Amino acid sequence: MAVNPNAIQSQAASQTAAAGTAATAGVDPASRPPQLRAARIRKQRVIKFVILFITLGFLFVPLLSMLLFTLRHPLSGRWSLAPWEAIFTGNGDSLGADLTVLWQGLGTSLALCAVTVVIMLLLMVPTMVIVHIRSKALERAIEWVATLPLTIPAIVLVVGLGPIYRWLSADVLSTNPIWLCFAYVILVMPFAFRAIAVGLNSIDVKTLVEAARSLGASWPHVFFRVIIPNLWQAILSSAFISIAVVLGEYTVASLLGRMNLQVALYQLGQSNSQISTAMSLLALLFGVVLLVALDLISDAMRKTKEGK
Amino acid sequence: MTAAIATRGSALGRSSSSTLARHRQELGTFAVTIPFFAYTACFLVAPTIIVIVGAFQTHDGGFTLSNFNKLFEANTLAAFVTSILVSVASSVIGAVVGGLASYALVIGAKPNGLLRRMVSAISSVLAQFGGVMLAFAFIATIGINGVGTLLIRQLTGMIVNPNWLSSLPGLITVYCYFQIPLMIIIFLPAVDSIRPQWREACESLGGNTFQYWTRVALPILTPRFISAFLLLFASAFSAYATAAALFSQRSILVPLMIQGAMRNEMDPNQQGFAQVLAFAMIIVVAIVMLLSHAVEKRAGRWQ
Repeated sequence: MAVNPNAIQSQAASQTAAAGTAATAGVDPASRPPQLRAARIRKQRVIKFVILFITLGFLFVPLLSMLLFTLRHPLSGRWSLAPWEAIFTGNGDSLGADLTVLWQGLGTSLALCAVTVVIMLLLMVPTMVIVHIRSKALERAIEWVATLPLTIPAIVLVVGLGPIYRWLSADVLSTNPIWLCFAYVILVMPFAFRAIAVGLNSIDVKTLVEAARSLGASWPHVFFRVIIPNLWQAILSSAFISIAVVLGEYTVASLLGRMNLQVALYQLGQSNSQISTAMSLLALLFGVVLLVALDLISDAMRKTKEGK
Repeated sequence: MTAAIATRGSALGRSSSSTLARHRQELGTFAVTIPFFAYTACFLVAPTIIVIVGAFQTHDGGFTLSNFNKLFEANTLAAFVTSILVSVASSVIGAVVGGLASYALVIGAKPNGLLRRMVSAISSVLAQFGGVMLAFAFIATIGINGVGTLLIRQLTGMIVNPNWLSSLPGLITVYCYFQIPLMIIIFLPAVDSIRPQWREACESLGGNTFQYWTRVALPILTPRFISAFLLLFASAFSAYATAAALFSQRSILVPLMIQGAMRNEMDPNQQGFAQVLAFAMIIVVAIVMLLSHAVEKRAGRWQ
């Protein structure tokens, strides 16, 4: 493995570079025989392997079981792709399952993702940008409020949301599950706040705004042509994390008696656990893809910051 | 619309530097935040107030403390004890295993290696968005017809108790399945902050591995570890979806009792019970979060 001289300070380099670079890393090579360090690194590698093997084993065995469970019929022991066929063709007749609930739930959840992301962005981005420029005190207040949902569990929130939603569905709106978006904006707020705050701190908003304003740009122009293009990575990652949260949400929807993907999965699980397990695996996989993308985006964000 | 308000505010602020104009600008900034605060007031603060007020309210709206009597009934106390027991046990296991795993992920690896990326993405999904799907994962593994159950039966002839998943050890195992990943994502930054130079400094001063761990690394990591443990506890204590999918009828945990109380809200006997339980949960989680903040502040000295 090549050792990048710039990374010599990083843990990675000093660990993998072994005895050869010990001198450059600042250790007096005479004080300790190089074999001893090499032996320690070998030992460390064994420990690392054992720990990771056990932990990742514990995390992956249930996921692997899920996959096997969908492929092998638990009672007859026959191997088949029927549950996956049912999902991708949309027809569960071969397994005697009615998939309308699932599609209804999936549709609602996808629509909820879109609406929640739009409301969240409209609510958070302009406020956070302007407060970031103008007022440190208000920014702290917003941070406190936006991270409050981490302290108030969803199961507690839903007790209080019950009367509000009863009133909303009876007198103002309908019982359509799409109105869950109001509660979901609150649930995604801590995650979205962090993503946008990281983006705001990685660019110099104040200078950008002052430069644009002194060149004669109007405020809407500054906002849409200067700030948003510089923040798009943060906006995208806040949207991704919100989508992941909304797709996995069960507590609020089930206790308010609305149908979404998770509630549908739970109901379907009572009658055909193979299809619901296959769908869960797909949803988990989709979540992982979203978060890997998120990770790559934040990586790009770090690079632009360092590049400056 | 918010931008338009800001425009007016700033235009006034720039046209003159009098105190009046500055006040107007401050007002303008505040006006921009009104939609945000109004929204959170409606859907975050109002529900919380409804819970707290409901806990102290009689059937016809008067003030009472009698709702709290239910909190001290045997089965409610049992639910709290079980909830706390499951949360503590799964947090201890999660914190220790997850802490070791994040250490193993950092040592001798590239800071942005593929393994680390994949593990953190999967951990985030399992820790934060799993819910019902995690219950399915364990039903598929060691449920009645689970892959693991059948495998064990075929290999050893042993029959796994089909109710093991809904026993206390089973529940703790399932909770560990989101606690360990949660610990990994919380604790990775803490392990990252340990500099290799510290170890080198320790070694060049003649310290051995044991001394490095007991005198340098552990004292620095301990506060972060404790605050991560407390966050894990809060997450387990307030988890609902996984348990709800595993137990459809029995209310052995506080969140499941809340579910039962909400379903029977029309029962005059159950008046205010959901609110009282939720109120008690807020208190427990708030205490845990305050402790965590206090410990974190102490840890902040080293950053």
